[in-house]
Amino acid sequence: MSDKLKELLDRGPNVINIGVQDFADSLKVQGAEVVQVNWVPPAGGDPEMIALLDQLL
Amino acid sequence: MCRGTVIRKNEYHDSVFLMRVARRISEEEGILQAALFMGTEKNKGFLTEIGFPAEELATATPSDLILAVKARNQQSLAGVLENLDGWLRAEPGQGNTLAVDLGEALTRQPLANLAVISVPGVYAAREAEKALERGLNVFLFSDNVPVERERFLKQYARERGLIVMGPDCGTAIIGGIGIGFANVVRRGPIGVIGASGTGIQEFTTLVHQAGSGISQAIGTGSRDLSDDVGGISMLSALDALEADSSTKTIAILSKPPGTLALASLIPRILQCPKPVVVCFLGWKKEPGSVDVPYQTARTLDEAAALAVQNVTGHLPTLFKPNGARFEALVPRERMGMNPLQKYIRGLFAGGTFCYQAQQVFMDAGLAAYSNAPITGNHKLADTLISKEHSLVDMGADEFTVGRPHPMMDSRLRRERLLVESKDPEVAVLLLDFLLGFNSSADPVGELAPAIAEAKGEVKKRGGFLSVVASVCGTNEDPQGLDQQVARLEEEGVIVLPSSAQAARFSSLLAVHAKGGV
Repeated sequence: MSDKLKELLDRGPNVINIGVQDFADSLKVQGAEVVQVNWVPPAGGDPEMIALLDQLL
Repeated sequence: MCRGTVIRKNEYHDSVFLMRVARRISEEEGILQAALFMGTEKNKGFLTEIGFPAEELATATPSDLILAVKARNQQSLAGVLENLDGWLRAEPGQGNTLAVDLGEALTRQPLANLAVISVPGVYAAREAEKALERGLNVFLFSDNVPVERERFLKQYARERGLIVMGPDCGTAIIGGIGIGFANVVRRGPIGVIGASGTGIQEFTTLVHQAGSGISQAIGTGSRDLSDDVGGISMLSALDALEADSSTKTIAILSKPPGTLALASLIPRILQCPKPVVVCFLGWKKEPGSVDVPYQTARTLDEAAALAVQNVTGHLPTLFKPNGARFEALVPRERMGMNPLQKYIRGLFAGGTFCYQAQQVFMDAGLAAYSNAPITGNHKLADTLISKEHSLVDMGADEFTVGRPHPMMDSRLRRERLLVESKDPEVAVLLLDFLLGFNSSADPVGELAPAIAEAKGEVKKRGGFLSVVASVCGTNEDPQGLDQQVARLEEEGVIVLPSSAQAARFSSLLAVHAKGGV
């Protein structure tokens, strides 16, 4: 049994939300800690550029 | 009619937000249709299909926002196209202080233990991998992640003591907090692991209504128990619930697993010291097979009943089939029907409810058409046109590209329901409603006028349309279960306590229609 999954179940979710902001809002309503990431498609959404970026980083 | 588009370079908003704004624009006087999308190839394809010239959209990339509008006249069109900022600003829900990226988010919240990811599928695996690298568990709502990427992410997570819930994970309840499309349920001793979001919703709400509660509800994503993935997240979740001191009994919900996945899961279940209820929808133990030392359920409500019985020692009355009620209701519902009325049309917001209803029908000896047929049923040639008994998953991709999912917006089901009511052979409409976080604020209210209209349409032809429904939710949900049920009953809808019972009752009406039972 892993510590990180156990910690999630024991302590409850402390969330980084990447995507739909409604999900962050519903978590906050329930009292969870949430940070919303201002996600945008990487490299303008160009799959070839994304693959290139991933190789470089 | 006139039409026009605006393309905003490098302006990203999530799809749920954009659908809400588009809906408000559509309700504006003089507006016939409004779409607000990011410029992905799929979205541009949809816009071209509905009449917007491809050349107008050619320059838009997935980072660019497209507003496409059809209006009665030039004035209405210009009023919307020139006021995009006004429409975007007026929509609530964009008030969060945003972190520029995952790194900054972790600096601001170093105790984070879960990434909730709902970006378009093509980018989702990349974001999930980054989150796992930073030591975060992942709830991956996005779908359309290639299965080999799913397997890689799950293995990577398991090696690091983490879990990936998903892809295509709709629901989880962790430490009493609902994630995604979850209901407000009591905390208690029952843990559940589910491959389907609506399956988890049905199970957890029924447990709540029976007076017990949920310790943890862990989603795995719909493909986890396929042989391609091998049940990696299921095994991690089972380890976790076995060790979780608040969990006294465990339920597993899934479609029937692949042979290899099942072969690795069964020995693990047998080792578990806590009672385990297994519901592989529609799965039958082979006649004469050796009895297995775990409990099996055919339907979600049966799984909830067994789990509650495990912790309370008795079967709650909610789950006992009410034969007397059925016997009284069937002739009453049949009474006004004319001889032409023979068929059931199920229009489902929950894909798992559509799947389960097909199983229930099959058990009752009824074959059905569906856009997502189970083995033994028939595929609808055209998903827009029902045939004989038809059970339609209205949340399937073919309905939801470019349009909101029926759990969030009833427009698609409203239109289909009215189409069905015009078919003289329709006897029964079977519906499901899902309450909880992130679902429509009033799912029944959105559909109730159309139900009344459909019943009126059939009455005009000298018949009676029976409408049968289930509502998945609790009174603690924002929409309120009792209020939603009462509104349906005002329209003469027969509301059953579970989706399986609603399907079973509908099948009785059809069997009666053929002169059986």
